Amino acid sequence: MNLLALLPNIGLIGVVLLPFLGAVAIALAAARPGLRNALCWVSSVAFLLAVLGQVAPFLDGESSRQVVWQLLPELTIAFRLEPLGLIFLLLSSSLWLLATPYAIGYMAHGGYTNLGRFFACYAIALGAAAGIAVSDNLLTMFVFYEILSVSTYPLVAHTGTSKARRGARAYIALLLLTSICFWLPAMIWVWASTGSLDFVAGGILQGQVSTTAAGWMLVLFMFGTGKAALMPFHRWLPAAMVAPTPVSALLHAVAVVKAGVFVVLKLALYVFGIDFLREIAFSDFVLYVAAFTMLTASLIAMNQDNLKARLAYSTVSQLSYIVVGAMLASQLAAIGAGMHMVMHGYGKITLFFCAGAIYLASKKTLVSELDGLGRRMPFTMGAFLLGALCVIGIPPLGGLWSKWHLVTGAFDAGHGLILAAFLISTLLNIAYLLPPVLRAFLKPLPAGESGGIKEAPWICVVPLTLTAAGAVMLFFFAGLPFGLMEAVFE
Amino acid sequence: MNIVDLMPFSVLVPLIASAIVALLPGRTLPWAVTFLAALISAIIAALTLPAATEVTLSYPFGNWPPPIGIEYRVDAANAFVALLVSSMASLALLWARTSVNREVPRRQGPFYALFLLALAGLLGITMTGDAFNVFVFLEISSLATYALVAYGSDRRALLAAFRYLIMGTIGATFLLIGIAFLYMMTGTLNMADMAERLPEVRDTRAVRAALAFIIVGLGLKLALLPLHLWLPNAYAYAPNFVTVFLAGTATKVALYVMLRFIFTVFAPDYSFVVLPLATVLMVLAVAGMFAGSWVAMFQVHLKRMLAYSSVAQVGYMVLGVSLVTTAGLTAAFLHLFNHALIKTALFMAIGTVMYQTNSIKIDDLRGLGRQMPWTMTAFALAGLSIIGVPTTAGFISKWYLILAAIDVQAWWLVGLIVLTSMMAVVYIWRVVEAAWMTKRPADLPTVREAPLSLLLPTWLLVALNFYFGLDTRLTVGAASAAADVMLGAGLGGAAP
Repeated sequence: MNLLALLPNIGLIGVVLLPFLGAVAIALAAARPGLRNALCWVSSVAFLLAVLGQVAPFLDGESSRQVVWQLLPELTIAFRLEPLGLIFLLLSSSLWLLATPYAIGYMAHGGYTNLGRFFACYAIALGAAAGIAVSDNLLTMFVFYEILSVSTYPLVAHTGTSKARRGARAYIALLLLTSICFWLPAMIWVWASTGSLDFVAGGILQGQVSTTAAGWMLVLFMFGTGKAALMPFHRWLPAAMVAPTPVSALLHAVAVVKAGVFVVLKLALYVFGIDFLREIAFSDFVLYVAAFTMLTASLIAMNQDNLKARLAYSTVSQLSYIVVGAMLASQLAAIGAGMHMVMHGYGKITLFFCAGAIYLASKKTLVSELDGLGRRMPFTMGAFLLGALCVIGIPPLGGLWSKWHLVTGAFDAGHGLILAAFLISTLLNIAYLLPPVLRAFLKPLPAGESGGIKEAPWICVVPLTLTAAGAVMLFFFAGLPFGLMEAVFE
Repeated sequence: MNIVDLMPFSVLVPLIASAIVALLPGRTLPWAVTFLAALISAIIAALTLPAATEVTLSYPFGNWPPPIGIEYRVDAANAFVALLVSSMASLALLWARTSVNREVPRRQGPFYALFLLALAGLLGITMTGDAFNVFVFLEISSLATYALVAYGSDRRALLAAFRYLIMGTIGATFLLIGIAFLYMMTGTLNMADMAERLPEVRDTRAVRAALAFIIVGLGLKLALLPLHLWLPNAYAYAPNFVTVFLAGTATKVALYVMLRFIFTVFAPDYSFVVLPLATVLMVLAVAGMFAGSWVAMFQVHLKRMLAYSSVAQVGYMVLGVSLVTTAGLTAAFLHLFNHALIKTALFMAIGTVMYQTNSIKIDDLRGLGRQMPWTMTAFALAGLSIIGVPTTAGFISKWYLILAAIDVQAWWLVGLIVLTSMMAVVYIWRVVEAAWMTKRPADLPTVREAPLSLLLPTWLLVALNFYFGLDTRLTVGAASAAADVMLGAGLGGAAP
């Protein structure tokens, strides 16, 4: 921790601004690939250092609220760091660093063009995610949430084919529709009834609104957070899979979707408050919608032959774990939900990296084509196995701990049905995540394909082994996210 | 010279300048004088606003004390609108020079003279405290506007101007009939005086008819659905500069006068009781929001698209009015201001595209994002504002409008407001997608970025959209003061 204290503290505004500045620099260097790639590196490294620079002051309790702008009296754009936000910041900054070489390698070897726009938008998305992580009130969160939606649109539509455009249109339409039609009115409603939009540990709504009104707010907020992919507003995530794989990996397995569940957690803990959540009229309704999403998405994932589509539906399902964790209104479940953000982030990005590496090395996109591939791509498929185990929640991978706490939380809250749903869902996880690995290692290569090792370029393989290693490390160092989550309740 | 004596010059300077400009030769000189006149007018309006927010200012013309003579009576509400109109005119003029040189290649003196007449008319309507004077200025500005629309290079501009003339004249006639009825019943034309005398005769059929006539007449000017039919063609075929100017000012002034009659002359406890005005306005507003946005989503001609969007935006303002609360009126005044900024920026961007490509069909915009990045980015950013994305002026409007709807527990209105915002996303997004996400077809000409003389004013407007989305002290302060005036003492209040 002493080393962390040596890092400069550039303030929360600095942390949020950094990726945006990086994006400008990258866009200006668009015509010079070498410089552009260097700037991608610089931005992601600087961002990680800036985030780490926040840790020491945070632990010392020196991290304070920063008001950037006052829009109306009491209505501000303001930043404040709290434990949950720090988890999200650490997650996205560390994975951005690992995704940078992968993205550079993937885009170069995949023959993509227009990379200046691509990497600039990539950086903006990370900046927006950082803004969400440190926002101190609902309005600030909303601003960065929308920046995140809009900045990822060009990434999804990157190839410009009519298929990509259709997918991107569905993507942006659903995200904007839910946020503007549900989230925004809910936020203004909170403002109208409490006169405040600030995040306060323990919530701001208790005693200010009736339980019925709060119930409607909850429904609006939860469905309005389209990025958390609650059914029936989950279609955007499979639609986003037309994007190049680095986008699917970092954004649609980590930054964007984790922003969604982060918003859900933040709302549950800092706007509604766990105690109030228990009293709210139909919080069980949201809980069961999330449980339904969790199971249904798993069932759909089982029937997807396209590897990326399968992973996408798996993400939809895993996001609902976190929503369920937030809605259970139990401290343990909320801790589990916060930890699952990290665990699933590391696991799923590994899986997506692998899917991209497979595509680069062999142009294969279907699960049924993976037969015997473990012999040609041992590193990739090995990492895939670790990622899958992490998402399922099997030791010695980090996913165990988050699911452990989620299940204990469900037990704690006395929700037997949810407990059963967790268990069934874990079985379903196994049923759709392990077959690709089993095919790759146990089945022979199809006739006509030569053996011998043919991995993707090392610049792509190294990051995916690192994220897989990270997933293993998280098994041993799960105390870190646990401790931070526990601090939320102090 | 104190502010009360200075105030009328806001109207007089453009009026007098128009006579001079009409005679000036060439192209540069008329523009320069026009700009100077508009700027002076804006400066005077800016000086008036703080003074008028404190006390109602009154200037008797020719020293004939009201109600005998004509009086200019300026309070927080009309000072705000006057500032808006004159400053939008100045900003539009910055953009005008290059664009008008293309569209009016002949001697420009008469063109700018007409523009100044229209401006003086609009400002006159805003500042006067005399009902008949309202009609006179309305006719001045309308006649000038018909001629300006007819300047359009497209031959359809003539038909559009003619249609506007017919509809506009009907509207003005209705207004005149209404004012005549009021004069018949009260024996006065001074609005404040009228307001005092009306209660005695409130239960007569003539007064009720007057209210109805005035609302319909001004509804036509305001382009409130279903009286909006003149607007899309007039906006679409007028010279771009005229569209830019009208979009930011004309309907705003009409709305202001309507509010003045409904709230100050008749007083809300009359106008909303004898007629089901709140319901009528609300239904028409919602219908306008929907129909306007719906039609805009399918327009191929982008100026028409923005024109239909204006019909929808007028709906938002009238919706705020129909709630008859301070919050609702504040939202209406806010959107009146903010929408002027938004639409002016959008029309400037589209006008710039038209200047470079000679077309504003959406198909001809394909792939233009790479060839005219600055123009299209300006359009997209102004588009964010009309959608109501946070940090833009449009967001502040939506925020207050939704807040006002929640205030009266009108949940269905909240739903409708956000739903029509989504429709705005669709029609803006079509353009963005065409410009950036589509390759430019080979048969379309390659164009260059527009000249700075068009770009800079456009970006200035875009910047203002963001400025007033972040710094809301002026707009929210002035709008709530205006709403207070309308609902409170109004014109009957004390004047120095």
